[in-house]
Amino acid sequence: MASQQAKKQVSRLPHMTQAAQEEKRRQLAYKELVQKRKPKPRYLRNVLVAFVVGGAIAALGQLVLGFLMSRGLDLNGASAPTLAVMILVGVIATGLGVYDELGEFAGAGAAVPITGFANTIVAAAMDFKREGWVLGMGAKMFIIAGPVIVYGTLAGVAVAFIKFMTSP
Amino acid sequence: MIYLYAFLVGGAICAVGQLILDFTNLTPGHMLVLLTVAGAVAGGLGLYQPLLEFAGAGALTPVSGFGASIAKGALAEAKRMGILGLFTGVFEYTGMGIAVAVFFGTLVALIANPKS
Repeated sequence: MASQQAKKQVSRLPHMTQAAQEEKRRQLAYKELVQKRKPKPRYLRNVLVAFVVGGAIAALGQLVLGFLMSRGLDLNGASAPTLAVMILVGVIATGLGVYDELGEFAGAGAAVPITGFANTIVAAAMDFKREGWVLGMGAKMFIIAGPVIVYGTLAGVAVAFIKFMTSP
Repeated sequence: MIYLYAFLVGGAICAVGQLILDFTNLTPGHMLVLLTVAGAVAGGLGLYQPLLEFAGAGALTPVSGFGASIAKGALAEAKRMGILGLFTGVFEYTGMGIAVAVFFGTLVALIANPKS
């Protein structure tokens, strides 16, 4: 089917020699084959799945936040325990092997929520314990989460300093 | 209604992360750092608080909310006890989560093994 189409296209070029036509036909057929076999970029699917899964995890977090606020905590007071509970959820889901599958399915939808932050810590701890408890697990459990804490702290302290010095 | 806003805002932040992954050469680690720093800058300038009040966990649970919480804690403590508070306040909101991750993460690593 692909080669027939290529033949048709080439037969519209009568000025070419037989050999050149054959060569051209092969190139076109090859191009079509490559087009057909190349995996289609799935940008739309990726962004939609990330949106839905990330949103669902946020709604689960809202369940925790809402519960804590109904017990009399304000938004500031409930922030830290909500983060902690969601991190615990991520830790347990990783231990059960569920979170890695979710990560493969949802990409940033699983990586960006704080549960994904917990996932990187636990996954690294499990992976590197075979290199020893101190220099393996202890040293490398923050191999991905570490940069987040480092640059979050650098930016947070710097901007808070500027805001502190400039506000009356 | 807050649940809908949480879903929409949390989903939107994750969608931004996915777009960064798909349309740039950044690794997931770089993308997470970028979102955290963006959240910390917005949090330090006081821009993240309205989003938190509007969307609750939709703004808090993505990693940008983690960054914003670092900056918010630093600023709140600095206002309370002076410049040293910048450093004591950094983990005011985030420290509990980090401690939980280390403690229970180690427990899980003791009893579970990676699947593959």
